[in-house]
Amino acid sequence: MNNTENTSPLKKTSVVRTMDIVNQGLKKRYAAERRFKRLGFAAIIASMLFLALLFVSISSNGYTAFWQTFMKIEVFFDPELLPQDALRTADYGGLVKQSLRNMFPKAKGRRDKRALYKLVSTGAAFQLRDMVLQKPELIGQSLEVWVPADDDVDMFIKGHFDRNLPEDERRLKDNQLAWIDSMTAQESIKKKINTTFFTAGDSREPELAGIRGAVIGSFYTLVITLLLSFPIGVAAAIYLEEFAPRNRWTDLIEVNINNLAAVPSIVFGLLGLAVFLNFFGLPRSAPLVGGLVLTLMTLPTIIIASRAAILSVPPSIREAALGVGASRMQVVAHHVLPLALPGMLTGTIIGMARALGESAPLLMIGMVAFIVDVPGGITDPATVLPVQIYLWVDSPERAFVERTSAAVMVLLAFLVAMNATAVFLRKRFERRW
Amino acid sequence: MTVSPTLILIVLLALSSAAYFMGRRRAIIVAGGKAGVKNLHSLPAHYGAWAALWCGIPALLVFGCWLSFQDAIITGLVINELPDQVRSLPQDRLTLVVNDVKNLVSGNIISGDVDLTMIKAADHYRNLLVTSKATLGVVAMVIAIAGALIVLRFIKPNTRARNHVERLIKILLIFCSTIAIFTTIGIVLAVLYEAIRFFKVIPITDFLFGLEWSPQMAIREDQVGSSGAFGAIPVFAGTLMISLIAMLVAVPIGLMSAIYLSEYASKRLRAVAKPLMEILAGIPTVVYGFFAALTVAPFIRNTGNLVGLDVSSESAMAAGLVMGIMIIPFVSSLSDDVINAVPQALRDGAFSLGATKSETIRQVVVPAALPGIVGSILLAVSRAIGETMIVVMAAGLSANLTANPLKAVTTVTVQIVTLLVGDQEFDSPKTLAAFALGLLLFIVTLLLNVLALQVVRKYREQYE
Repeated sequence: MNNTENTSPLKKTSVVRTMDIVNQGLKKRYAAERRFKRLGFAAIIASMLFLALLFVSISSNGYTAFWQTFMKIEVFFDPELLPQDALRTADYGGLVKQSLRNMFPKAKGRRDKRALYKLVSTGAAFQLRDMVLQKPELIGQSLEVWVPADDDVDMFIKGHFDRNLPEDERRLKDNQLAWIDSMTAQESIKKKINTTFFTAGDSREPELAGIRGAVIGSFYTLVITLLLSFPIGVAAAIYLEEFAPRNRWTDLIEVNINNLAAVPSIVFGLLGLAVFLNFFGLPRSAPLVGGLVLTLMTLPTIIIASRAAILSVPPSIREAALGVGASRMQVVAHHVLPLALPGMLTGTIIGMARALGESAPLLMIGMVAFIVDVPGGITDPATVLPVQIYLWVDSPERAFVERTSAAVMVLLAFLVAMNATAVFLRKRFERRW
Repeated sequence: MTVSPTLILIVLLALSSAAYFMGRRRAIIVAGGKAGVKNLHSLPAHYGAWAALWCGIPALLVFGCWLSFQDAIITGLVINELPDQVRSLPQDRLTLVVNDVKNLVSGNIISGDVDLTMIKAADHYRNLLVTSKATLGVVAMVIAIAGALIVLRFIKPNTRARNHVERLIKILLIFCSTIAIFTTIGIVLAVLYEAIRFFKVIPITDFLFGLEWSPQMAIREDQVGSSGAFGAIPVFAGTLMISLIAMLVAVPIGLMSAIYLSEYASKRLRAVAKPLMEILAGIPTVVYGFFAALTVAPFIRNTGNLVGLDVSSESAMAAGLVMGIMIIPFVSSLSDDVINAVPQALRDGAFSLGATKSETIRQVVVPAALPGIVGSILLAVSRAIGETMIVVMAAGLSANLTANPLKAVTTVTVQIVTLLVGDQEFDSPKTLAAFALGLLLFIVTLLLNVLALQVVRKYREQYE
């Protein structure tokens, strides 16, 4: 400051002038500053909005799938239709039709009757069959049974379409609506918790379709993936961090791991198709092959996470163990591994969560087949939850939209649970050295 | 009773643990009781582990090889037993017959009529399978027991069991770490092999520079159908357009969020926003695809119709937009790391010259972090190109060569999926085309990744 006072008056004015220029521009610059900051905030808000929109759109479409419309019908287990020697193959559909005719005797003519039969799901016949097979003494008796309604009725009861549309634009015709109304008046139609959704395999009929087959398929696939990728990933990480010499060979391995982490998942599917199915002749659509493919896909994730965990164990621990005479393998097994395990587990869970949500490579190895049966082992044909979602999206029935959304909710619930476990592990066992 | 592979595995496991305990006991015995353990070269457990490893590993290796090649060998044997007129069928018909036999064995419905020879062949196959599994069980068990016995005989007080065990374990570790290399080799070989078969039928220049893509091939000779066109330019153009839309969404939003989070945000906001971003990153792509097909595509179509635009129901816009949302967290977390790595001294220098925060960021931090940001964008591009489920569910199948983002376009990944889901014929260009596309996809993403990693690494070294 003293210096400026001592300088000539000419220079003093020039300093003031610069200051003026700065002050003049200041307002603009502050405005730009505010704009920039707001832009950044807007970007964050935008991504949060997308997230919210995604969750809202899926849950608002999906929550209704956890209820399902049932109808009460009065069934007379007609001994004439149920011959004792062929209970398994008897005409149970006939029983359902008969009781529907009894409920609405006014339905005459083939078209009317067919419209009437359509109100009840084809699953009703199977339900009656199971009842009779379990309790054969039902034959000859009359019983009130709640049977699942057809998906169109279900959609109507849940308010997914407007009854004021012209008749030829709706799935349910006027006479069907009249029957539904009269059943509603008699309280013989109501929504119950949809257990089918959790206990059944896939089906072409939305009201009979469930996710159990897909969940079990996902479970088998993930078990295979975990059993293979965790030991292999941890072993690879241990070798690379603790034993590997620094040379071209280990560099090559490292570059490979980093690149594999970024290879599109569908390429792993091509690998699975060409190698596991065509070369080794493993069964198509099997969780075994799915698990193998996902193992190769998640290995880089697990290796990278495990290496970070090993690296965070301070060298002093290794040196102390070496100092009291442990071999290097003992140092790793007794000290490094237990200390790095929480980090490795966290990485593994995150890798598993990724594998659970993965579907593209599984499409390549035939896990997209329409499979009704719940798989019983790792070589049975199966599908997984994300692929089930993909399959249902393609189905034209309106009722599949809500079931797909519900399946997405289940999938997201699993993922949230897994990630929460990972976060918990990290919080609980994380050690700062 | 049939011998299942699971049973063999369980038995092997049991044998190995038995070998462990026997090895340990043997070591204590040769040392002359518990008191003499200090005379041993290694801990008793090492002797046990030595026995267990030699019991389990050779048997497991045999087990794995046997199962891998069992199918091929049995099929060969069954084909040899087939009557001559069946064996003289052309290769593809023979494959069909063999498939029918296999289906008969597993009790599935088969395509053709069942005749006596097929039933006989199926029985033969089934017998061979049972024999093979039983033999495998016996062989594996003999090898396991022999391995354990040999090691048990070798146990003396001065045997260096620990060194043996540690060497074996180290070999195992090395093997595990080379799996990454084997995977890469496997990918390259598998995809390359089928792609070369494809290029033998369709010249590579036709594939790379052809303007028409319609891979419908007549599978049977007499079938009505086009001969197929395999010009991949429309497919590449579609991929590029969707990736471009995705990047137009993801880069500004991702970059700005990263800048805001690392430079402006309070600790509390960061604590909330970062995990939310991670959730966005953790959502499976099939869910994004569903979101695109269910919500975004109809929304864009309706908005377009309101303004009077003709929007196709599977527009590139919908798929690209949702893909962009998916990539936001990817860009933002990578750029966040890069921006945080810019030394504080640079910022302090800019502040001391009187720069405002945004000027510092725009003129100092971002230019300093630019290589890293470019690297992260390249990684994001490679991700967008390889993304499958969103485009399969929300983009179209028809390969239009168009620059209009409201029209339906197709992508490389969509074509791979549609060509390979369903019936596959590994002698028709239709199926092989998928591998050619896969090869291209692999090469392009590999180049992008290598480039990106190189850029990022170089930049990190500058400041370290």
